[in-house]
Amino acid sequence: MATKPKIAFFDFTSCEGCQLTVIDLLQTHLGLLDLVEIVQFREAMSERGEDYQIAFIEGSCTRKSDEARLRRIREQAAVVVALGACAHLGGVNALKNYWPIENVQTYVYGKNGKDAYESYPARPISAVIKVDAVIPGCPIDRYEFLRIVQLLLQGRRLRLPDYPLCVECKLKENACLNTLGKPCLGPITRAGCDAICPTYGDGCEGCRGWAPEANFAYMREILRGHGLSDADIDARFTMFNHFQFQHMGEPAPVTTSLGPDKTAPLPTSAFAAPKED
Amino acid sequence: MTENIKVNVHHVTRVEGHGNIVVDVRAGTIEKCELQIVETPRFFEAMLRGRPYYQASHITSRICGICACGHATASLRATERALQVKLSEQTVRLRKLAFHGELLDSHILHGYMLIAPDFLGVGSVIPLAASHPEVVKRALRMKQFAGDLCAAFAGRHTHPIAMTVGGFTQFPALSKVEGLRERAEALLADVDATVELFGTLPWPSFERETEYVALVHPDYYGFIDGEIGSTDGYTLPIDQYRAVTNERLAPHSTAKHTAFNRDSYMVGALARYNLKHKHLHPRAKAAAEHLGLSAPCYNPFLNSAAQVVEIVHCMDDVILLLDEVLKRGLAWEKPAPVTLAPGARGVGACDVPRGILFHEYQIGENGLIEEANCIIPTGQNLGNIDRDMRALVPTLLTEPEDSIRLKMEMLVRAYDPCISCSTHFLNVEFVGK
Repeated sequence: MATKPKIAFFDFTSCEGCQLTVIDLLQTHLGLLDLVEIVQFREAMSERGEDYQIAFIEGSCTRKSDEARLRRIREQAAVVVALGACAHLGGVNALKNYWPIENVQTYVYGKNGKDAYESYPARPISAVIKVDAVIPGCPIDRYEFLRIVQLLLQGRRLRLPDYPLCVECKLKENACLNTLGKPCLGPITRAGCDAICPTYGDGCEGCRGWAPEANFAYMREILRGHGLSDADIDARFTMFNHFQFQHMGEPAPVTTSLGPDKTAPLPTSAFAAPKED
Repeated sequence: MTENIKVNVHHVTRVEGHGNIVVDVRAGTIEKCELQIVETPRFFEAMLRGRPYYQASHITSRICGICACGHATASLRATERALQVKLSEQTVRLRKLAFHGELLDSHILHGYMLIAPDFLGVGSVIPLAASHPEVVKRALRMKQFAGDLCAAFAGRHTHPIAMTVGGFTQFPALSKVEGLRERAEALLADVDATVELFGTLPWPSFERETEYVALVHPDYYGFIDGEIGSTDGYTLPIDQYRAVTNERLAPHSTAKHTAFNRDSYMVGALARYNLKHKHLHPRAKAAAEHLGLSAPCYNPFLNSAAQVVEIVHCMDDVILLLDEVLKRGLAWEKPAPVTLAPGARGVGACDVPRGILFHEYQIGENGLIEEANCIIPTGQNLGNIDRDMRALVPTLLTEPEDSIRLKMEMLVRAYDPCISCSTHFLNVEFVGK
């Protein structure tokens, strides 16, 4: 029998929910462990091996020291897979990019915060290293993870759905939320999650990134039809995709800024920051 | 007697997030004994500013993959209290069910996959699957039920979908609820076997009296809302949480501490057990006795035993709640309405698997969040972990370094720390003199 491929999991800035989703997958697919050898998975095991071929990386790059660690993983792994929205898109981590980093540090940690913690604007890992495959979503869909691992093990080409979420939602025979007056980003979001949020009555929030040739202008018209302001619409567009809009070039489909401008002064509020003696 | 000991555990494994343990003993004196938090900061509070109130629970559930429902619930309660939302009895009941699902999931994960390997002499759950397949299969069966319970009401455990400000966006078919009820009954044998297994584990004997803080309710063992109780005899409304947490930057140090009536306090399953064991269901009380727990318990290693007691209690609670849902049926209620007003403030509190969690928001008349604060359980436990470590190390000096290292890791793991929830951490430098 051929040696099993060695795989490893790594986490950067994230909630580790995608790795938990992998652990949850093992509840029903324990046989996965017969096909691969997991050599590193800090959240679940103490053993630690450095001779992996496939690296799954969860989380965004949010500080200088993350870059060297990402490069080391890239040098070792034949295949690097971005696991989930934080690694793939920057995800919710990029919401802090609305503000100057000093403003964010001071708000949470007080005026000594800037020195206490290293941080810079959040980026997807593809901004630092070459990424061979992406498993989108916040969190990932466990069955899509399984499909992609199967394809990787067979050496086959990976393809994500190139159509919007609405296709899956229709196949599930869900009533369209946008026609029921509930805002949903399904028309512009890449499919692959089996339309889980609309299925549970909540509009899609775009965590899988945009479908090819997404029509933002028409999506905005639909959302305005729900009586939403442009600020509300921008808040929906940017929840997981702020980094994408930041780097999309002009004219970006996000029209207004939620936060103050980049020269916002340091906050003086002590709402979140600790008291200082 | 060992005179010089250096223990350096880089990135403690089988915990959520990144932490290092550093112990340096020279000539029998502790020079350094610290749990370093090296997780990247997340800045959730800062990023909530300017976002619409209805996004807060979906953004903050992303603080933690394990406590996603807990963060969502605390966030929703903060928003709802700020915006004067009155929840229906059904919403309260369904929120409890999703919350219990998550608590069961987290405690099962922690007990079976993160704690048990230490006692059964294996590095992780993966060799455990080979050496004790029936144990791992049982854990996965129970965990799957817990996840399915969350999913039935919230859509998904990580991250909940259907929980929204004022209620739910979707309700399960009653046939699905019936299915869960049957599975819950069938799982009681697994729950008993869990108590049996953990009853055989040799918990390290170590005691250090401290203050325990948890949410308390007048007549039941609750996890959502209530008041803040302390074993030092205080009860405070949750709006006054800042008087309990007292987050401070200590002078000449970057360490942030929380302290109420003593230098530090403990939150989590053991704190809840110590404060409200009398409200446990009878089967959970029997489990506590079997596991050697009696209140007050000052052994932090037994936090894992208290989690097992809560598994028993919550399974019984789930059965009662599911019966109530089946009896009353499910109404397709619209979420309760909000009232916007200038500078509206609200605090939400939940006792999530790792302890008491607070969210507080100020929301403007335009519906945008103006201020946000989140105080997570692990942050509150850090000071107490430090003091336990400093008390434990001197009792271990005659043991080999490997054994000291393992005990220190076990102590940290017993707290079930969730370091990736570092919305609100500073570097923790504990230097023992």
